[in-house]
Amino acid sequence: MSETKSLLACEGVRIGIAGKEVIRGVDLELRAGEKVALMGPNGSGKSTLVNTLMGHPGYELLGGKILLDGEEIQDLPADERARKGLFLGFQYPVSIPGVSVANVLRAAVNARRGKEVSVREFRKEMMAAFEMLNIDPKFAARGLNEGFSGGEKKRAEVLQMALLKPRVALMDETDSGLDIDALKTVAGGIMKLSGPETGVILVTHYQRLLNYIQPDRVHVLMEGRIVRSGGADLVDKLEEEGYDWLEKSVEERQEA
Amino acid sequence: MATPETKKKPTKAPKQQIDIRDDYAEKWGFRDPEEYFHKGAKGISHEVVEMMSRMKKEPDWMRRKRHEALDIFLAKPMPTWGNTDLLGQIDFEDIYYYIRPMSEQGRSWDEVPENIKKTFDRLGIPEAERKFLAGVSAQYESEVVYHSVQESLTEQGVVFMDMDSGLREHPEIVEKFFGSVIPPTDNKFAALNSAVWSGGSFIYVPPDTKVEIPLQAYFRINAENMGQFERTLIIADKGARVHYIEGCTAPVYTTNSLHSAVVELIAMDDAYIRYTTIQNWANNIYNLVTKRAMAHKNAVVEWVDGNIGSKLTMKFPCVYLVGEGARGEILSVAFAGQEQHQDAGAKIIHAAPRTSSTITSKSISKNGGRSSYRGLVKVHPQATDCKTSVQCDALILDPESRSDTYPTMEIDADRVQIEHEARVSKIGDEQIFYLMSRGLSEDDARTLIVNGFIEAFTKELPMEYAVELNRLIEMEMEGSVG
Repeated sequence: MSETKSLLACEGVRIGIAGKEVIRGVDLELRAGEKVALMGPNGSGKSTLVNTLMGHPGYELLGGKILLDGEEIQDLPADERARKGLFLGFQYPVSIPGVSVANVLRAAVNARRGKEVSVREFRKEMMAAFEMLNIDPKFAARGLNEGFSGGEKKRAEVLQMALLKPRVALMDETDSGLDIDALKTVAGGIMKLSGPETGVILVTHYQRLLNYIQPDRVHVLMEGRIVRSGGADLVDKLEEEGYDWLEKSVEERQEA
Repeated sequence: MATPETKKKPTKAPKQQIDIRDDYAEKWGFRDPEEYFHKGAKGISHEVVEMMSRMKKEPDWMRRKRHEALDIFLAKPMPTWGNTDLLGQIDFEDIYYYIRPMSEQGRSWDEVPENIKKTFDRLGIPEAERKFLAGVSAQYESEVVYHSVQESLTEQGVVFMDMDSGLREHPEIVEKFFGSVIPPTDNKFAALNSAVWSGGSFIYVPPDTKVEIPLQAYFRINAENMGQFERTLIIADKGARVHYIEGCTAPVYTTNSLHSAVVELIAMDDAYIRYTTIQNWANNIYNLVTKRAMAHKNAVVEWVDGNIGSKLTMKFPCVYLVGEGARGEILSVAFAGQEQHQDAGAKIIHAAPRTSSTITSKSISKNGGRSSYRGLVKVHPQATDCKTSVQCDALILDPESRSDTYPTMEIDADRVQIEHEARVSKIGDEQIFYLMSRGLSEDDARTLIVNGFIEAFTKELPMEYAVELNRLIEMEMEGSVG
């Protein structure tokens, strides 16, 4: 173990969906101050893994442990995990019609901090986050994700991250659906929000986002297993050669 | 004594209601000791009507109207549509038709008997009056016990008083309009109300007078087996403007009470009336109400109708668009919990050209509750170039609950633009997970989603009422999981 503190750890995690084992034994660690990229082709199980870490009731944990700050959280419901500082930026955020962005944010902030934050203080923080993410303040009154463009949805996810100040943020394909300017803003936001005490797992299958956020480590997930881990240079290799060369090693491993 | 012909008298009181608003009993469902000026015997008869009218020292024409209405009530069968099982359980002989809590109405809260004043204090009425109302009327059982209106309104000629005082002080207006929108022959319960009406509001707003701050009436039932039959008549003269709000609560009893109001609105040319209701009756109350408005040339009438309480509500606010260019808007929310049936809806009659209407109905059913939307849009042949839009959304929170839609459209004119949309939805698991991943408990997540569902309604309420309604929903939603 390293000297820096472990924030999030998976130990032998196996996950089933409708009786089928999709994640087949994953060990993963995120330490304080780290940014870890989780890459892999479509259908490799990346979203399944981060949704399960967050506590999605539709995924069944078949085995293994999930630790947040050294404490087992695999039996806790999603809201308790969130209040302990875990956050999931969704790949496809659902809409909550009629409930404004500001209302969701305020309810979430109060829940996360375990106390009622004053309206004035809350507004101040929300406005600061709007400015950082280049969001029009009118956004606050709109129904959350109701009629949002793809880019607006992703900004809204990072906006929630900004106000909730999670210890561990799991960002699921936050780069997809963004044009280059939005990508820069969102990446910049994530960078500003991560510090020496927090950690981020970036789920992506492109290099784009990682051009703006340098990961400390990169894991490649294929067919429910981590098949390769490395430093930032692994991203370049994947960008050049795709995932094909890794598929071979998966086959070899399975034969072994 | 005459007896209504359709009576399925239960041998015992109906079984006890399980109240799902857990703290309803504490917050609104408490009861006062009965120290009344007058409490007659149970049951309905010409003697009761005669006694009421004499006690109120009414003119002969009103006394005769009451007797005629009673005959109509007795002759009319019970409705054969709607929830006939629940309707059949009403025992008209087991109801007090007239309870007069005090001999004279109070003009200040000091004149109101202590325990009644305390009740309205607990309900927050004097506080609301101080903060954001231009006039307040508080009805307790059959009579308005407290009434006040801002002097500036009186100086402008605005009349806001209880209906009995209206009859005494403005007999010519009352005689002209009383029953002109809803005659006693309209339906059995309108007939009953016309026979035994007591209390309610009388409002007259003179031409071009704008009452910008809402007027409010609060209706409280205290006695067991009470029948409350308030009668409201609102007239907005040419170019006038008024917003009226009504609220209501009652103690929780094991036996049933009946609330059967008649509300008539008349919006003259270019007038505007908004009528807002937050109905929060205890779950042992039958709430069978007839509400109808006449909208003349270019007038606007809006019904904003929220139904949360009661055992059975049957209420279909209606607007007759009789003048060219008139507009009607009906926005309703119904929340049906355990052993509740909210049979609510809207009726719009286009009887003049270039009239327009919007109906928005939102219903939520939970814990086996049932909500129905029953609507009618009728366009008469002469009403060309009309526009109407109907949207009804139902949210069903569990498999035991039920939602029905009975929309009717009768379009007999040319060049009519019609939109109709109906949706039934459930709260999605992904929505709940999303909000839980932000730290909200499952209950809070559901409540937030429900509040969002009815946001189109709450945003039309004055701030204080919107907050109150959201709080009510929150209480309804508590413990809705597992």
